[in-house]
Amino acid sequence: MNAISDSPRKIDPLLYLDGVQVSFDGFKALNNLSLVVEPGEMRAVIGPNGAGKTTMMDVITGKTRPDAGKVFFRGDIDLTKKDEADIAQLGIGRKFQKPTVFESHTVYDNLLLALAGLRGPTAVLFARERADERRRLEELLGIVKLCDSRHRLAAELSHGQKQWLEIGMLLAQEPKLLLVDEPVAGMTDAETEETAYLLREINKTRTVVVVEHDMTFVRALGVKVTCLHEGSVLAEGSLDAVSANQRVVEVYLGR
Amino acid sequence: MIFARFIANDRLLIGFIAVLFGITTLLIVGNLAFAPGSALHVPTYVIALYGKYLCYALLALSVDLVWGQVGILSLGHGAFFALGGYAMGMYLMRQIGPRGVYAHPVLPDFMVFLNYKELPWFWHGMDMFWFAMIMVMLVPGLLAFVFGWLTFRSRVTGVYLSIITQALTFAMLLAFFRNDMGFGGNNGMTDFKDILGFNVQADGTRAGLLAASAIFLALGFFAARVLQRSRFGKVLVAIRDAESRTRFLGYRVEHYKLAVFTFSAVMAGIAGALYVPQVGIINPGEFAPANSIEAVIWVAVGGRGTLVGAVIGAILVNFGKTLFTGVLPELWLFALGGLFVFVTLFMPKGVVGSLPVWSSWLKRRLLPSKVDVPPPVTVQAGE
Repeated sequence: MNAISDSPRKIDPLLYLDGVQVSFDGFKALNNLSLVVEPGEMRAVIGPNGAGKTTMMDVITGKTRPDAGKVFFRGDIDLTKKDEADIAQLGIGRKFQKPTVFESHTVYDNLLLALAGLRGPTAVLFARERADERRRLEELLGIVKLCDSRHRLAAELSHGQKQWLEIGMLLAQEPKLLLVDEPVAGMTDAETEETAYLLREINKTRTVVVVEHDMTFVRALGVKVTCLHEGSVLAEGSLDAVSANQRVVEVYLGR
Repeated sequence: MIFARFIANDRLLIGFIAVLFGITTLLIVGNLAFAPGSALHVPTYVIALYGKYLCYALLALSVDLVWGQVGILSLGHGAFFALGGYAMGMYLMRQIGPRGVYAHPVLPDFMVFLNYKELPWFWHGMDMFWFAMIMVMLVPGLLAFVFGWLTFRSRVTGVYLSIITQALTFAMLLAFFRNDMGFGGNNGMTDFKDILGFNVQADGTRAGLLAASAIFLALGFFAARVLQRSRFGKVLVAIRDAESRTRFLGYRVEHYKLAVFTFSAVMAGIAGALYVPQVGIINPGEFAPANSIEAVIWVAVGGRGTLVGAVIGAILVNFGKTLFTGVLPELWLFALGGLFVFVTLFMPKGVVGSLPVWSSWLKRRLLPSKVDVPPPVTVQAGE
């Protein structure tokens, strides 16, 4: 069902990284990284600390410019030429490792600001809440289970609720591709399970790339896995295949 | 009416404007309608003092707009204030005409003194009020725009940005100290005679300037409130809380910062322009970094991010300064520093931000017998 990494490029992968290099002061954070994500796919990216997972997200979202390599979105959009705001508007949403929401805004306003649509200062200055926006916000509040907290300040939410609020904000952006960085770090088991369910629901309509350390969570997702190590792809395939890979075992257990 | 739509559901705004105009009217009536000696007479120096406070309040409001809403701690807003003041000062100098000490028909006294043969190019047009008023807004606005464009685009934030703003006002200070800049060097500009044909010393003119200060403070407050309550204002707070989140949502953060920084600088410029005719002098001392820091202290004391706190803080601290410098002038800076430390440690939300805390404390003290009674549920009057 899923593309195999060495197969020739299909017509239009949603995300296409080829030979991406990033170095910081001589340290190669990404070293000839290639990754293809098909539309509608959910992909888990694993790897030990320093494998380049977060740097990869930085490159895709425009925070870091690669020294070399190609990064294309929806076939022919060159992401290395765009900045964060452009890329977000193109339809790539990013969830940070640490839940990052607007603490002094209410849950409702957090989602309102994330809602796809107006982004320019002038348009935003004169923006008034529309009925369709309100409907969409109610829907989102339901999806992330924050209906009862809509008027609370985001600062008052629990850690897990903040994670969900941030996921809700990503959805409000109506992205085509969601990059999710360690969504279950610090969550209880029950919250982890619900998050896995939430991501699978989201994956029904959108492409998702999840970076995660938690193997039980990755297993619960049951999707194709890419293992990074020292800035490049070490192994790719089902979780069972990847965890059976001798080199992956070495990397994870130490040599 | 667009005004009506914004005012109608904003009690803070209505209250603010009512109190501001109420006090201003009382003072003006007390000054003009009652003869000196009458118990109700308000001396002219009070009018001038209050007018000065209102200008400071407008400056504080402009600082709160960038610091309180977007989190840009500008330690150089005094530069925009001073530039507005200088533009007004140039107009007032041109109004003196041949009545200067040297009685030159065109050149202000200091130019004659410094052997200028003709008016520098940037002094042309400044004899026209409308033109000078455009410059009052344009010059600080343009400086803020260029400065902001360079810094925000390079994503300079936090303490680095604060230091650069401080350097900006310090550089201006040094530049304006130079005689050949053409702005009167370290003496600056003074001995003003008329504004729009009215004697700047006359009671009526002073009352008019006070009224103008109150009106512009009200307008500034109105604009700041509209901005704060709009979705634009929400984006500003979002930037303050989590800049990268805002950016990854697709907002071009630097454009928002630039817009509000420039607007704030224009506001500070207007404050400076109103200030100069009321104090009767403008000199490079207004660019002193300490002035800009003082403005930040006003906002911190009043309550950062509350807008109304900025105004209250500016008036309170300056009232304190007037009292204090009358008694122990050499200790004022220590008192101000102490106040800043006190507020930071014990009242981080400032006077206005701490009001809810105080009122609940007062309630507990004043109603000790009713401790067990749950707080009454107050029914909000209709919107």
